[in-house]
Amino acid sequence: MLRILINALRTGVVTTRYPDEPSLPPENFRGQPIFSTGKNLPPPEVCPVDALSQHSATGVRQLDLARCVFCGRCAEDQWVGAVTMGRDFELAARRRSDLRIEIMTDDTRIPELQPALNPEADMDQVSSEIRRVLGRSLHLRHLDAGSCNACDWELTALLNPVYDIRRLGIDFVASPRHADGVVITGPITRNLETAVRRTIEAIPDPRIVIAVGACATGGIFGEGYANLGGVDQVHPVDVYIPGCPPRPEAIIYGIMVALGRLDARQLSNQG
Amino acid sequence: MVDPTLINALQAKAMGTVDAEIGPRPSDLTVRLSHIDDLLVAAEVLIKQYTMALATLVATDETAMPDGDFKVRYVFEPTTANAPDWFVTLLVSVDAACPEVPSLTTMIPAANWHEREMCDLFGIVPVGHPDPRPLVVHDGWPKGVFPLRKAFDGSQRVPVEPAEEFPHMVTEGEGVFEIPVGPIHAGIIEPGHFRFTSVGETVLLLDARLFYTHRGLEKRMEGISPLDAFCIAERICGVCSVAHGLGYCEALEQIAGVDIPYRARLIRGIALELERLYNHIGDVGNVCAGAAFHYGTATGARLKERLQQMNERIAGNRFLRGIIIPGGVRLDLTSHLLEFISSTLLQTLTDFDSLMDRIEANPSVVERFDDTGILQNQTAMDLAVAGVAARASGVNRDARRDHPHGAFANADSPQLNVMTASAGDAMARVMVRAQEVRESIRLVDEFIRRLKPGPIKIAIADPLPGDRIGISAIESPRGEAVHWLRTDANGRVDRYHLRSPSYHNWPAVALAAETAIVPDFPLVNKSFELCYSCTDR
Repeated sequence: MLRILINALRTGVVTTRYPDEPSLPPENFRGQPIFSTGKNLPPPEVCPVDALSQHSATGVRQLDLARCVFCGRCAEDQWVGAVTMGRDFELAARRRSDLRIEIMTDDTRIPELQPALNPEADMDQVSSEIRRVLGRSLHLRHLDAGSCNACDWELTALLNPVYDIRRLGIDFVASPRHADGVVITGPITRNLETAVRRTIEAIPDPRIVIAVGACATGGIFGEGYANLGGVDQVHPVDVYIPGCPPRPEAIIYGIMVALGRLDARQLSNQG
Repeated sequence: MVDPTLINALQAKAMGTVDAEIGPRPSDLTVRLSHIDDLLVAAEVLIKQYTMALATLVATDETAMPDGDFKVRYVFEPTTANAPDWFVTLLVSVDAACPEVPSLTTMIPAANWHEREMCDLFGIVPVGHPDPRPLVVHDGWPKGVFPLRKAFDGSQRVPVEPAEEFPHMVTEGEGVFEIPVGPIHAGIIEPGHFRFTSVGETVLLLDARLFYTHRGLEKRMEGISPLDAFCIAERICGVCSVAHGLGYCEALEQIAGVDIPYRARLIRGIALELERLYNHIGDVGNVCAGAAFHYGTATGARLKERLQQMNERIAGNRFLRGIIIPGGVRLDLTSHLLEFISSTLLQTLTDFDSLMDRIEANPSVVERFDDTGILQNQTAMDLAVAGVAARASGVNRDARRDHPHGAFANADSPQLNVMTASAGDAMARVMVRAQEVRESIRLVDEFIRRLKPGPIKIAIADPLPGDRIGISAIESPRGEAVHWLRTDANGRVDRYHLRSPSYHNWPAVALAAETAIVPDFPLVNKSFELCYSCTDR
């Protein structure tokens, strides 16, 4: 027992200060792809998960961050230089359409985080209601709707001593009856559809629905005999968190956006 | 080389013809049985005379091909330590008009789920199966619709039909009650339904119903380029990303006929051990949660987090996704990164040893681990249990030694010390994991020392050669995973099948739980630490 206390004291505090202090992922990290030239961009076929598309008439290419698995294939071989994998991971958005980025001009990158002029104006009705009712705290229920478990393990990591999400007033609870919202991973498999619907319905109103990871937004697997193809097939989504999986801090960012404690950035190509 | 006595033994017992040929790999044997009833005697020869076990079972729809039939391949592998690296495939043709095969489950319990899955997805009926309930498709799936048949369009949703309640296995009697748990659990865990039948706290029977996370991955990969499908194979399971990515690549590289560079194999080997490390250390922490030892849980989580942060620095992804690609590896390990890996692992070893000291010195934890959730050696053999669970029950098998892959396929590979225990309880599984952590750290060090400058990948031409089969067996953190890949005439994915270690181990969890009390189930379950997603696919 004494040894345990000594070990614990020797370890000290290992908890990160994110989001109060910014976090810079390591150099190799693959975050939002940055398209840096108008020509010689990779064609849509390069992307194995159909996150890149091209408008048939205008030829304008579009990147769907919600479908992107950040594999880096579009930034390899002959596309080195045309595309680089950026280190931005704070990609959560309130609207699905905010994650579809048109690549029109040079330097498609995310602008620096700027507080909106009137943050309340753009806020979803549900989350402003949540904020009014719940203040700054949020209790969430996790729902695995067919994920590969990577997103689930990152949610588990939020409870480890390093991220310790409870310091932010956020916790994961056992019962949907105790929850203010739900964090859903996976493409909503057919075999889980009923369980997912019932769990969401069991959460008292107003409730926040957060879709975590590419397949929860309809990426990778899409619709098929075994999948519904994303959370929004069963319930409107308040915040989408892209990634495959999103790193724990990206999930913290998304939850803070859902709470209205941080603003989603406008993901666009306007520098 | 292929053992000729085996072919003679099969021919002596069979009624029909037995055509043996080399394949899929040069060391393997594929045996075509002309008479479908010969399956039972042939399997008996392999199991009893040659002490082999069922490694995987792959059904294919070849109705559009010249034979116009379904085919079922029963792949067997040796079960003894230091046996040669070979697979023996029994291949039977199944009439598409009346798709039936004799069930092997009574003789080979490990065939149970394989046959039920084949029945659900292909409509090939295992005649005489003792438990023919649906497995993969759940309530409301229409009768006569088989998603893995080629005529079925996998991109469409299928209507949900009214359904009766699933017939769970239960027991009745005075004082006997049922406890239904799941599919949605109280924590951040994957979904599965557990139906306990108990008297007081004693578990009489546990019926586990899985496949809630069935995503139709195998169907999703069909018809696309094997190089594109890699991205999906890497995403079958989060915490087995490296192992499944590697297994898929090795099967693909057999088909392409390429030999990947020495340095790439070593980097793959390092990645595979790093994946095992963060899994095993996190698992030891999580088992502590089952015994309410929170210091252990927090320390395990902290050490796992340190390793995953290291993964992100190496591969740009905390699950090491994107390091392995078909033809080699994408990211090279610079000397700077190698130093970082070595120093992190050194620190981790010290901290992990300290954690194990605290666990072993804590009687309240040891008491809980000892004699809890016992898996008998014979049961482990019958169910072809894989990985830590098998080794903790005295089965001396490890795919890294028995089917060399990654860095173990290099001629100068270091020898692997396979860790075993005999008790088969939660304690044995924790101790085997702990020893494997130390072994993996040693192996990474050995691999790093062998690294020489050189190419890290080799180009693979797209399309790949058509009508070829690749097979590989990878020791993932949870045990041996068997990958089977075949290309169609145009070099696209015709069929891909993964038999994950969890697939064989889940039935063992149910049996081990039946030696315990209901409150110990989380502990028993965590000591096996299986994946749902790579079982359900």
